[in-house]
Amino acid sequence: MKYLLAIYENEKQWESLPQAESKQIIDEYRAFTDAIQKSGNYIAGEALQPTTAATSVRIRDGKRLTTDGPFAETREQLGGFYLVEAKDLDEAIAMAARMPSARWGTIEVRPILDLAQPVG
Amino acid sequence: MESLPSILERTHRADYGPIVARVIRLMGGDFAAAEEVVQEAFAAALQQWPREGIPAEPRAWLLRTAHHKAVDRVRRDVRLAARVDTLEARARVEQASAPALDEADWSTAPDDSLRLLFTCCHPALGQEAQVALALRTLCGLTTEEVARAFLVTPATMAQRLVRAQRKIRDARIPYVVPEVDALEERTHGVLHTLYLLFSEGYAATEGAELLRVDLCAEALRLGRLARSLLPHQAEVASLLALMLLHHSRRRARVSADGGLVLLDRQDRALWDREEMTEGLAQLDAALALGARGVFTHQAAIAALHARAARPEDTDWEQIAALYGRLRELAPGPVVELNRAAAVAMARGPEQGLALVDDLEASGRLTEYYLLPAARADLLRRLGRGAEAAVAYRRALALVRTTPERRFLEERLREVLSSPEAAVRPTAPGTASPASPRPPRPREAPPR
Repeated sequence: MKYLLAIYENEKQWESLPQAESKQIIDEYRAFTDAIQKSGNYIAGEALQPTTAATSVRIRDGKRLTTDGPFAETREQLGGFYLVEAKDLDEAIAMAARMPSARWGTIEVRPILDLAQPVG
Repeated sequence: MESLPSILERTHRADYGPIVARVIRLMGGDFAAAEEVVQEAFAAALQQWPREGIPAEPRAWLLRTAHHKAVDRVRRDVRLAARVDTLEARARVEQASAPALDEADWSTAPDDSLRLLFTCCHPALGQEAQVALALRTLCGLTTEEVARAFLVTPATMAQRLVRAQRKIRDARIPYVVPEVDALEERTHGVLHTLYLLFSEGYAATEGAELLRVDLCAEALRLGRLARSLLPHQAEVASLLALMLLHHSRRRARVSADGGLVLLDRQDRALWDREEMTEGLAQLDAALALGARGVFTHQAAIAALHARAARPEDTDWEQIAALYGRLRELAPGPVVELNRAAAVAMARGPEQGLALVDDLEASGRLTEYYLLPAARADLLRRLGRGAEAAVAYRRALALVRTTPERRFLEERLREVLSSPEAAVRPTAPGTASPASPRPPRPREAPPR
């Protein structure tokens, strides 16, 4: 089963972090990525630019509304994601718990909807 | 001879949990489908047993019948999904067709009950859903019974159960006993759920009912089950001891007219000696297993009350010391308040009042009626009737249960009629100092 591990954290913290520390975290993420690639769980993963670069689009009454910023202004923002393969939720949760951001942010674990399966 | 409905009811209460636990595994973790086929098996019994006689092994008959229905259903589902030839489809049918059990031997049944317990109490499910699922499946209560216990409509409860079952299926919450490295953490989750269930029954937050004996009994039943399934987990024994010791006082805790009776005014002859002895034995077992957790300390406090033949024999110094340690393990204003109560009993109301004032000054617990109630009681005992009346009125503005409201009103009348009268010492607060009630407003769950 596929799961999305969405990384939510306060992006402002990254700006104020000394370079040595952010390098350490990035190294930790590299090691995590290597580990889940070796174990065969990794499907995809990316870091995102901050929400200052985000644009939100919606169509209302047939009109396109384009606004500056993320979907919602919250204390923590979506900063990156992994798409992983796990045998069940417990395995996905265990992976989420190994991610550095789990220590200061939140990892949301979302099962991927399999559109080939009947919905019900 | 026992009547058929009575035999069926008894079998349902005793065996629904183990049977459904087994069928869930056979059906690949599909709770909803498993429950349906087990219910169909009970319905079949109701039709067939009067005609064909009651089987020698009713439980095995029910399991066998549910199993046949499960295999049929999985085959049908696979056919409907037109995936007869896929590997996955074959695996599902194969899993469902596996022997349900060696019918003469129920010794492997506990493994499935343990899987069911851990899955119902999975942290990915909401707390309310966990409790509802456990009552529905492990305890074999009907949806209507669970709904009544939680004062919600059957439709609301049914929806809550369906949502939980869907999450188990869609997020693929595994039907397993957690791996060794996660076992302790997950066991804490199970215990927390049982503790909330017991607390819910022990002191209803709202409404006229103070004791809902049913939920306490179900929590005890699950506690005993957990204890037998996890014999080496020390905190399981601690929680069972805590629940037994509190439950043993249930008859003394409510007066004939439904009023609340404080620990020091309870008729100790009404305490259930058998449950108390069992509780003390479970506490000893917990300590022998090395238990030193939150539940152990709470159970030890309850044990000190249990061992006091009269209120004045209570070892309040020891109780205050235990609350001191509890404060380190699970810091929180409710523990502080209980400690203040014990200190007041051990060393006099002035010392207790100083602690309560500190707590009030900290600004925590501002919405919790027990804080002004405790303050009022200490002021009353110090003969400061006018100040006590002010505090009782504040408590009355916050209290939510009827028996507790009546108790406070009575005390307010007392101080108003003889503001400076000396009054007998009682523990402050309206619940016993070791009340297992979950703190409200909510604080971090005890771990």
